[in-house]
Amino acid sequence: MWQNPLQCRARGARVDGTVIAFDNVAYSYGGGELLSEVSLRLAPGSFHFLTGPSGAGKSTLLKLCYAELLPTTGAITIFDRDVRALKRDDVAMTRRRIGMVQQDCQFLDHLPLVTNVTLPLTVAGRETSAQDVTDLLSWVGLAQLADALPPSLSGGERQRAAVARAIIMGPDVILADEPTGNLDWEMSQRLLALLIELNRMGKTILIATHDLNLIRTAKAQVAARVLRIKNRRVQLAGADL
Amino acid sequence: MRLFTDLLRTDRHADRVVPTTGHTAWLTSFTAGAMTFLAVFALALTLASGRLADRWSNALARTATIRISAPADQLAVQTKAVLDLLSQTPGVTAARALSDDEQRKLLEPWFGPDLPIDALPVPRLIEITENSTGYDGEGLRQRLAAEAPGALLDDHTRWRKPLAVAAERLRLLGFLSTGLITAAMAAMITLAAGSALSANAQVIRVLRMVGARDAYIARAFVRRFTLRTLAGSAVGAVLGLIGVALLPSADAAGGFLTGLGFTGTGWLLPFILPPIAAVIAFAATRAAAFRKLRELP
Repeated sequence: MWQNPLQCRARGARVDGTVIAFDNVAYSYGGGELLSEVSLRLAPGSFHFLTGPSGAGKSTLLKLCYAELLPTTGAITIFDRDVRALKRDDVAMTRRRIGMVQQDCQFLDHLPLVTNVTLPLTVAGRETSAQDVTDLLSWVGLAQLADALPPSLSGGERQRAAVARAIIMGPDVILADEPTGNLDWEMSQRLLALLIELNRMGKTILIATHDLNLIRTAKAQVAARVLRIKNRRVQLAGADL
Repeated sequence: MRLFTDLLRTDRHADRVVPTTGHTAWLTSFTAGAMTFLAVFALALTLASGRLADRWSNALARTATIRISAPADQLAVQTKAVLDLLSQTPGVTAARALSDDEQRKLLEPWFGPDLPIDALPVPRLIEITENSTGYDGEGLRQRLAAEAPGALLDDHTRWRKPLAVAAERLRLLGFLSTGLITAAMAAMITLAAGSALSANAQVIRVLRMVGARDAYIARAFVRRFTLRTLAGSAVGAVLGLIGVALLPSADAAGGFLTGLGFTGTGWLLPFILPPIAAVIAFAATRAAAFRKLRELP
């Protein structure tokens, strides 16, 4: 077992100011407004959950957070830079500082799992030791499947692989869309422990989830804030969670 | 140039991010091979046309003929007068009257070997060879009209010009065909690259999510397509050369169709087609890749 799986993931640029900020943001899709008057700030080292009913716009908000989508109105800054002013290469460089776990966990299906997990390093032209990669895969319980192709993995295995891929670069921010949706309780707890440890190392965490138990468990261990999307707006949830 | 050399440098990781299989793989190689095969023949046509134009021009360019049609008792006098005149004409290096035997041989294909040339009013022919600067044709015609009224200068212009024009047109057609083949290859490779990029939208999405720059993604596709084109084109060039080599060789009469092929170092020319095809594939795929990447979210 990897005793300290995050030690080598702790690198990353020091972040001053606000990591991600929404200023009166609206996003329309297909004629209808999905998000409206959204203003929020993710401070460095903060831990946030994002909840809301299905279709409320949680995934859309995460996509706005790493510039896959641009706001219809309002302003979004990532690492203090307006996303509208980012050139294409700037967007790529910004994403290298953001670890993303998407709900559908897409991979390069023709490449083995280990190559997929190390893909962020590959595209950045960075190297890592084989032992580090093995340790990381062991920690997410996928060491035996290092050479397996993604289509042969179960939903839970894909999700764990996506988490490993998201943290391998030691990002400043981790965005996760329903990261425990396909995981059993034990793996969910291990994943949460991983995210909490990353947060203690100074990483900013934003998790979109339906899982209230996960939120309650996290709040017992870390100062997590809960954002709720209701009627197209983002509100700070109270103690009812 | 640096972009092209960077491309040829092996990048094992970048190579692997694009799936190797798919219909665009063989389509690209096949298109490059087929187009290069056709380009070899177009090149052979172009070179053969050039040789033909040169041959026809050279064969007729430096010679002219004076035909003397006069009553039998004046023929010798006018012939001598013309030869004297030619010996003093600037630009004429040699002039000689064809003998009866030579004239009989000229007429033999039409009238047979036993033509009684003395009994027929066959005009006397004088062959002129000119130097590189040539002679004043109009001045010579005027002097001939004054000194030998039965003499008529034929500088072969009316034969040479249409033949040279025809050969030039053939050469132009060859260049045009080569250009069209090249453009068609670029268009087909562009379409194949666009198709491959569309088919690999998920690959692009994943690469972007993990922070790949457009240049990295494009390079993976461009390298793959350039190398496929180079390989397919090389096969097409070799097959085209074999095809040209198997054509009947030029006969003694130098017939055009039997002379379609390469000579000497011309056989090496088709080998420049694969690198040219690779450069075209590089440019076409690169443009298609960046255009597609701008379109994709």
